[in-house]
Amino acid sequence: MDNHYSNTSEVLLMKGNEAIAHAAIRCGCDGYFGYPITPQSEILETLAAEKPWETTGMVVVQAESEVASINMLYGGGGSGKRVMTSSSSPGIALMQEGMTYLAGAEIPALIVNVQRGGPGLGTIQPSQGDYFQATRGGGNGDYEVIVLAPASVQEMADFVDLAFELAFKYRTPAMILSDGVIGQMMEKVVLPPFKARRTEEEIRRDCPWATIGRTPDRKPNILTSLELRPEAMERHNLELQAKYRKIEAAEVRYEELLTDDAEVLIVAFGSAARIAQKAIDLLRAEGVRAGLLRPITLWPFPTLRIQQLAQQVRGILSFEINAGQMVQDIRLAVEGRTPVRHYGKMGGIVPTPDELIATLKSDFNL
Amino acid sequence: MDNVISPENIVYQKPTLLNDNDMHYCPGCSHGVVHKLIAEVIEEMGVADKTVGISPVGCAVFAYNYIDIDWQEAAHGRAPALATAIKRLWPDRLVFTYQGDGDLACIGTAETIHALNRGENIAIIFINNAIYGMTGGQMAPTTLMGMKTSTCPYGRQADLHGFPLKITEIAAQLEGTCYVTRQSVHSVAAIRKAKRAIRQAFENSINRRGSSLVEIVSTCSSGWKKTPIEANKWMEEHMFDYYHVGDLKTI
Repeated sequence: MDNHYSNTSEVLLMKGNEAIAHAAIRCGCDGYFGYPITPQSEILETLAAEKPWETTGMVVVQAESEVASINMLYGGGGSGKRVMTSSSSPGIALMQEGMTYLAGAEIPALIVNVQRGGPGLGTIQPSQGDYFQATRGGGNGDYEVIVLAPASVQEMADFVDLAFELAFKYRTPAMILSDGVIGQMMEKVVLPPFKARRTEEEIRRDCPWATIGRTPDRKPNILTSLELRPEAMERHNLELQAKYRKIEAAEVRYEELLTDDAEVLIVAFGSAARIAQKAIDLLRAEGVRAGLLRPITLWPFPTLRIQQLAQQVRGILSFEINAGQMVQDIRLAVEGRTPVRHYGKMGGIVPTPDELIATLKSDFNL
Repeated sequence: MDNVISPENIVYQKPTLLNDNDMHYCPGCSHGVVHKLIAEVIEEMGVADKTVGISPVGCAVFAYNYIDIDWQEAAHGRAPALATAIKRLWPDRLVFTYQGDGDLACIGTAETIHALNRGENIAIIFINNAIYGMTGGQMAPTTLMGMKTSTCPYGRQADLHGFPLKITEIAAQLEGTCYVTRQSVHSVAAIRKAKRAIRQAFENSINRRGSSLVEIVSTCSSGWKKTPIEANKWMEEHMFDYYHVGDLKTI
C-alpha cells in the first residue's frame, strides 16, 4: 500500500473510513475540512497521515468545530473547488445551518455522515437514525440534499467521486450517508483511478459562477442566499424546485436482488441492506420468495420503482436501524396499495438476519 | 468655466470599483466611508482580479452591492471560516472579511479567534459601533457600560449583561496575527490613517504574512438615536475612552 496514487487496480483491505480518505485524494478533491468525532475520525487521521498536500496539493484542515467545517465548505465550494467534510450524527446536526446556506447559495460540496445512535450525544455505536436529518434536512427553508447510501467499503470509495460529480453538475450539496458499521468494518476494495485536481483554467471554464477574483471581462460573482424582494426570492425558490425535480427525474439510483418473482419485498439501505441480503438467502432456502430493493440514493428516493413493486408483492418491510424513518417514504410511494411494515433496532444495536426473518414471517403470515 | 472639468483638474475621484448603487446605510454611518476606503485600496493595489470579499450578517450584509469584486455572503459570524478555505485553496488571492461587532465578537467569536490563531493569511475589517444596527439597536458584546440599547433599555450593567468585549486586544495576543490595529473614520486625518491600515492588512494577506485585524470604531447614529454630528462627538467622548485607537501589534 505504498503507492496510493498510481492507477493500479490492486485489491486492498481497509476500513470504510480509510477508503473515503484514499478515494478523496485520488479523485481530485481539493480540500478536506473536519472536526474529530467517533466513529469517523479515521477519515481525518488517514488524510493527515497521507499528507496529500505534498502530492496532489489537496488541503487538509482540522477545523475548530463542525460549524466552522461546513462554512469552510461554503468558502471553498464557492470558489469552485471540490471540498468535503466528514462527521457523525451530532456533528452533522451542527452543520445544518451551513447545509441550507449551501443549498440556498447553490454551492457544491460533499458532506460525509458516518452515523451513530442518538438522540443527543447518544452512543458511538452504529445507527441509521439520521435518515430524516439527511432527507428532510434540519436546516430552514425548502431545500433538498442529494443523499448517497453506501453498503460496502467499495461503495464508500466509489461514491466520493460520484457525489462530487453530482454536486457540481447541479450546484448543490451532496451527502454520503454511511454508518458506524460501514465506516469501521474492513473489506476488500479497489480504489478509484487517479484523477488530477482541476486547474484554474478548468475551474474558470466549468464554474463561471465561482468567486475567485473578478476578471475585467465579467461582472462580479456574488454567492448569497439572501434576497429581500419577495418576487425575486420566489423566483429563486422556483428555480431551486425546478432543479430538484430534474434531479428526481435523472438521478434515482437503487439496486434489486431477486425481485422478479418476489412475493414479499424488503427495502433496506446501507448496512441494513447487507443484513437483509443474508436474510433473503435464508428465506429463499426455505422457499419464501423474498426480494430486496436497496435505495442507493435516499434523495431522490426510488418512489416509482417501489410503486411498481407494490402491485406485485403481498407486503413491504422497511428494514432500518432506527425507529422507522424511510418507512414514511415507502408509505408515501405505495399509497396504500399493499401493507407496509417497519422493523429496526435503536441504541446502537444492529439487528440480526434471524430477527428480520421472524418479523417478516409474522407481519405477513408467511 | 467649461474647461474646469478636465482630467488635469481632477483632485479627487470615486474609485471605479465603488459602483453607483444607492447605499442603504443611514446618514452619518461609518460603513460608507470604510467601503470607499476598501474600494480605493483594492484599486490602488491593482488586485481586483485576485480579491474575494466575505460579507457578514448585519448592516454590511449587502456590501456586495456596492464594491464590484467577487463576494461571498456568509452565515452570521462564519465569515472567517469561509475566508480560511478560500485562502488555503487560492493562496495567491487577497481574501478579506468585513464584519460587525455582533457578527465577529459575539456569534462568530470561535471562528474569529481560531482563524486568527491559525494565522490564516486573511484580513478582517471589523466595524465596532457597539450596537446591533440591522436588527434595530439591540445590545452588542461591545456595548459600553451604562449605554442604553433596546435590549438594555436602562443601560448596560455588569450583573445583567457582563462587560464590553475587547476582542481586538485578545486578537493581539494570538501568535497567528501579524497586524492588529484599531482605527476610526470620524475625521479626515483618521480616514487617512484607516486607509493605510486597510492597505497594510490587505498587503499582509497577499504576501501571506499571517492574520490581520483592523477594527474601525464606528458610529451608528440611528441605533444610538443621535444626529451624525452628535454621534461622532459621543464616539470621541465615550468609545475612544474604552476602545483606544492605535496599533496593538505590528510585526
